[in-house]
Amino acid sequence: MTARESAPMRTLLFGLLCIGVLLLAGAAMPRWLTFLLTMALANGVVALGIMLLMRSGVVSFGQGLVFASGGYAAALGFRWLGWTDGLLLTLAGGLLAALIAAPFAWLIARYRGIFFAMLTLALSMVLYGLLIKSTAFGGSDGLNMGRVSYLGVRPADAWVGYTNYAVTVVIVGMISVLMRVYFDSVRGLVVLSARDNEIRVEYLGSSVQSLIATNFIIAAFCGGVGGALAVIALGHVEPDYSYWTRSGDFVFVAILAGHHSVLAAFVASVALELVRSFSSAYFPNSWQLAMGLFLLAVIRFLPNGIGSLWVARIRSSAAPADAAARGSA
Amino acid sequence: MSSAYMIDARGIQKKFGAVTAAADVQIAIAHGQRVSLIGSNGAGKTTFVNMLTGYIKPDAGEILLDGQSITGLAPRQIARLGVARSFQIPQLYKALSVQDNLLAAIAAQQSALSFWRPAKNADSMALAHDMLQRFDLLPHAERLVSELPGGVRKLLDIAMALTRQPKVLLLDEPTSGVSADEKFPMMDTVMRALDGSPTTVLFVEHDMDIVAQYSERVIAFYSGRIIADDKPEQALAMSDVKRYVTGELIAATDHA
Repeated sequence: MTARESAPMRTLLFGLLCIGVLLLAGAAMPRWLTFLLTMALANGVVALGIMLLMRSGVVSFGQGLVFASGGYAAALGFRWLGWTDGLLLTLAGGLLAALIAAPFAWLIARYRGIFFAMLTLALSMVLYGLLIKSTAFGGSDGLNMGRVSYLGVRPADAWVGYTNYAVTVVIVGMISVLMRVYFDSVRGLVVLSARDNEIRVEYLGSSVQSLIATNFIIAAFCGGVGGALAVIALGHVEPDYSYWTRSGDFVFVAILAGHHSVLAAFVASVALELVRSFSSAYFPNSWQLAMGLFLLAVIRFLPNGIGSLWVARIRSSAAPADAAARGSA
Repeated sequence: MSSAYMIDARGIQKKFGAVTAAADVQIAIAHGQRVSLIGSNGAGKTTFVNMLTGYIKPDAGEILLDGQSITGLAPRQIARLGVARSFQIPQLYKALSVQDNLLAAIAAQQSALSFWRPAKNADSMALAHDMLQRFDLLPHAERLVSELPGGVRKLLDIAMALTRQPKVLLLDEPTSGVSADEKFPMMDTVMRALDGSPTTVLFVEHDMDIVAQYSERVIAFYSGRIIADDKPEQALAMSDVKRYVTGELIAATDHA
């Protein structure tokens, strides 16, 4: 029984191991690959927020809202407030996105299915409209931002790409560990059960609306962090961050990943970036077709997402001890 | 024990348009009593249960739970005060295993839902194991709910309602959908699991053999009114009950 109490500790160790491997591997990678992975991780943490919402039984089609909020928070913090610390800007991105989402959370949490998706989509398009019209935020051109420092240290020119990558790995890795601990927690199980049967959850004494509202705010924080990390790596933010096709990318990654495995969100995100990069280079006019076929194949053959490849389904043959161990992937 | 009665419903009125579902219903149930509610469809027993759990609100009257008014509270708030229910059609988490269903039920009833504490913590696992044992569900612990036969689902549904030792347990037609030869073994299991617990039990039931065997008091409804409230043998022998609930009297006159 004590082994189960230490599950968060095992998740932490697994997370630290992944972070360590990625940091070492990054040093040996070509520059284009560290950049591609930085973007994939930044997008992946946004999709991780959608995964949390999927576990509560809803899908947000408007995570562009929080992605853009995080991105603009970082750019504006840099330009207007003179904040140059990347960690501070990332935190500001996450907090501002959560703050923008919070007033809508309890209202949106009353809706399910397509209504939830459309309401979130509408909010993100409202932000898109505001950004593209406002001269203060650079209009349709967006904003540029300069190079950031980390804890007072400005990385040398040759190391900028790797430093951004390393910081992204560490931040996204920590969020992932916390998310897995949440998935496995008391609240996490109630969230997952609400996905199956809300009536039962209510009659047992928990509020599904409050669970979804809380998760919406947490997902917003994840989206804001992702947006800030992407903008720091790119040095540029534009209203397109809040456009519906961007939100569609995040949903694409989340559906590809399924809702079982945190790791799957990043595997799916890397897959999307790789397919996008290579197919736009080799067959630029039909790469969306390749993406579409890829998604169709995943939905047909892995309806629970690629995470179901390594998160074994619960089976009558499985020993009880395995059930606890499975969760940590 | 702060009050003489666990449930004290006073002057309950409820109308749905022209249909009277409750007309001045008075029911007082002592602590720990095992009571069955009977009546034909539309007689008002489900309405009473739904008012007790907060799903619908009475037009007039008051319901006290252990001396505390619960009139007008939401189902969630009433559940928190110790009223648990099972469902005629089991309300389970189909994608989860039997054990995880119980763990989810235990988790959903905790006062603060922790973001950190594992759902499979030692206390919850021990409690889940205890419930599995009491309800003969241990052989099914790792099976997915979608693989379970109907009788086992019914037992799991009741076990989930009982995880936190509620003050009142409402069983909505516990034997409906269960085959005739499984009904008594199933009720035996439920009653054995309840043995020695102080929980007050109300069940809505259509099978009069089950009613006679497992309840110490029978309340019969007809057209929103209580037409009998007595020990099973007396209540089931009343002519009104025979005419409006069990249908024996009509059948007898038809044959005559």
